[in-house]
Amino acid sequence: MRYASALGLIMLLLAGTPARAYLAYASNEKDNTVSVIDLATMSVVKTIQTGQRPRGMALTSDGQRLLVCLGDSNRIDIYDTKTLDVVASINTPDPEYAALREPENNPLYVSNENDALITVWNIDTQKILVQMPTGVEPEGMAVSPDGQLIVNTTETTNMAQFFSYATGQNLANVLVPPRPRWAAFADDGHEVWVSSELGGAVSVVDTKTFNVLDTIHFDIQGLRGTFIQPVGINITSDGKLAFIALGPANRVAVVSVPERKILSYVSTGQQVYSATVKKYLLVGQRPWHMTFTPDEKYILTANGLSNDVSVIRVSDLRVVDTIPVGQQPWMVLVSPH
Amino acid sequence: MQRRAVLAVLGTAAGRGLDARAMAAAPASASAPSLSIGYVHWQHDVDAISLIDTPALDNGRAGAEVGISDNNTTGRFLNQNFTLEVAEVSTKDDPVAALNQLVAKGIRLVVTDRPAADVLKFADVGAPHGVTIFNAGASDDTLREGDCRANVVHTAPSHAMLADALAQYLIWKRWPRWFLAYGSEPDDLLLADAYRQAAKVFGAHIVADRQYQGKAGSRETDSGLIELQQQLPVFTQNAPEYDVLVCADEHSVFADYLPYRTWDARPVAGSAGLIPTSWDPNSMEFGGKQMQDRFKAHAHRFMTALDMNAWVAVRMIGAAASYEQSLDLDKIMNYMRNPQFELGAYRGLGLSIRSWNGQVRQAILLSDSGRTVVSISPQPGFLHESTVLDTLGTDRPETKCRLPATAPKI
Repeated sequence: MRYASALGLIMLLLAGTPARAYLAYASNEKDNTVSVIDLATMSVVKTIQTGQRPRGMALTSDGQRLLVCLGDSNRIDIYDTKTLDVVASINTPDPEYAALREPENNPLYVSNENDALITVWNIDTQKILVQMPTGVEPEGMAVSPDGQLIVNTTETTNMAQFFSYATGQNLANVLVPPRPRWAAFADDGHEVWVSSELGGAVSVVDTKTFNVLDTIHFDIQGLRGTFIQPVGINITSDGKLAFIALGPANRVAVVSVPERKILSYVSTGQQVYSATVKKYLLVGQRPWHMTFTPDEKYILTANGLSNDVSVIRVSDLRVVDTIPVGQQPWMVLVSPH
Repeated sequence: MQRRAVLAVLGTAAGRGLDARAMAAAPASASAPSLSIGYVHWQHDVDAISLIDTPALDNGRAGAEVGISDNNTTGRFLNQNFTLEVAEVSTKDDPVAALNQLVAKGIRLVVTDRPAADVLKFADVGAPHGVTIFNAGASDDTLREGDCRANVVHTAPSHAMLADALAQYLIWKRWPRWFLAYGSEPDDLLLADAYRQAAKVFGAHIVADRQYQGKAGSRETDSGLIELQQQLPVFTQNAPEYDVLVCADEHSVFADYLPYRTWDARPVAGSAGLIPTSWDPNSMEFGGKQMQDRFKAHAHRFMTALDMNAWVAVRMIGAAASYEQSLDLDKIMNYMRNPQFELGAYRGLGLSIRSWNGQVRQAILLSDSGRTVVSISPQPGFLHESTVLDTLGTDRPETKCRLPATAPKI
């Protein structure tokens, strides 16, 4: 008995410590702010007033700079994360999302949503390196681990589009189910996983042949398929687990990447029993984009309808906290330091 | 169902290294196979009570134009090209002659915003030529029911869908006692019937049922306002206790005068006040801001419901053509009519075609006449065995539409 409670105390301490060092940033699309969250106290410690309609964000790998896409201000502001001051701006039309090539933190790949363009910027010189025309409403963007392959999803015209970074050439256009929102490289860059919000599916695309290897569908008992709208995809660094935010289904699916098999759904408010599901957790309403803490012990979800950020513990898939942020949080990132 | 396809690689950029090399968004190559979509566009003056509701001359057409542009933004990667062939029809022109001109040019997919009687004529005149009509303007339920045709796709929501969308919200608000006020035009009577039916289905009670006797054209000129201030309270007085006034006024004759002028202090809904509609220039959710931005850049005005209905028609054709990787009409229409087909149209749930009557199922916005979107129906809690969108409008078990067995599968 005494042994058991001592063990419990140790586990409690272990569970409490890892997130302590981190700061998280949530972009609030509707009220033009970024909430700065201290994960030690699980609370908002600062609110940055941004330009209009902050959505996509990127952090440099050293955590020193936070890039915020301001769709309605037609620019990307670069913040010093120490002072939270804007140190530079990149003027680019209707940026929805931007991805940095890592670990060099350069160049920057921007989805210009209204202009059907990808713009690649050298952020040191603030010069455009290349522009690539896309389908209607480019949104999700991912860069292969070797930096050579760019994939973009076009929301309204249902394509995952592949481009060569070196030549800017359009390599392939893969049709996926309606309203593709996000793309994530998997299997050391051999696969791209693409979420289709209206199609309710995730397509697994081979990055050599550009064939669709598999389409993952989500089946949640007691929930109409129309409410299952996958958006954000985050894959653990060991490449084993994918977390897929299911939007208005108010759940996050946990999928085994090698087997492409759904392991469980992390659920919101209500508990719905499903034979295929092992566990449920609470997240807020309409989780969209997510981020791991650097130790991957937690994954955070930006919940667009309930204006909060849920903190899911990866080890047992439990929501350990829900943090109120601004209006319509779109994306959340965690600083590595 | 969804085609897993890798498409032909189109070289779009040149050069190496990290030098600046911006490119214009090039159209599909001149040799790309092309599909021309027709539009019989009704160019007519419409009197509306509010000046800001006076439709632009390109109302509807501009939505189709943006749809074509969106189709081609995709088409440049898929080697498909789309064009719009518009036949402008004024009130004195013969609309069937305009349709025939399009048919003579080889056009088989035709969008129109003409009234119900013409939609029916178009369908019957076009049928022997394999023409499909996309009805973007007429909400008459008869077109989906007794007068349904196998070669019509209705992107306009029906009166029943609009009435049901409003009814669900009013029930959700617990405003079940309705004062129903309707105009004297034939389609006002049809819309009023749709509200009566919606009340029955969703458990509202019509406690007052009154027709407004008046003709179009009254304006707030000179003493008009004083007169209205007297007339409307009188029209709405001595009513039993009610929660909301629901009005049916398809021609902007009186409904917009009702808010703030009712005898009792009650909200107004229907053709004024809280309006059920397939689009509103304030709708920003579900990526709608992008649609509004794109439309405004093209047409230099706000996007109307008719623009949206026409955009949906053109985009359904484009989306089916891209998934089929073909401009073959049979392939496009079969793909579009497959129950699995869904089009994203900035209203949360995907749009698809009801197999029993060709109606496009869609969520309906509830707009507060130009300021904000108040809600979107279907409302939470209204359930359906297949899709919640089928809680709006005539469902399969109730339909009177009997399509001939030889008709194309819809």
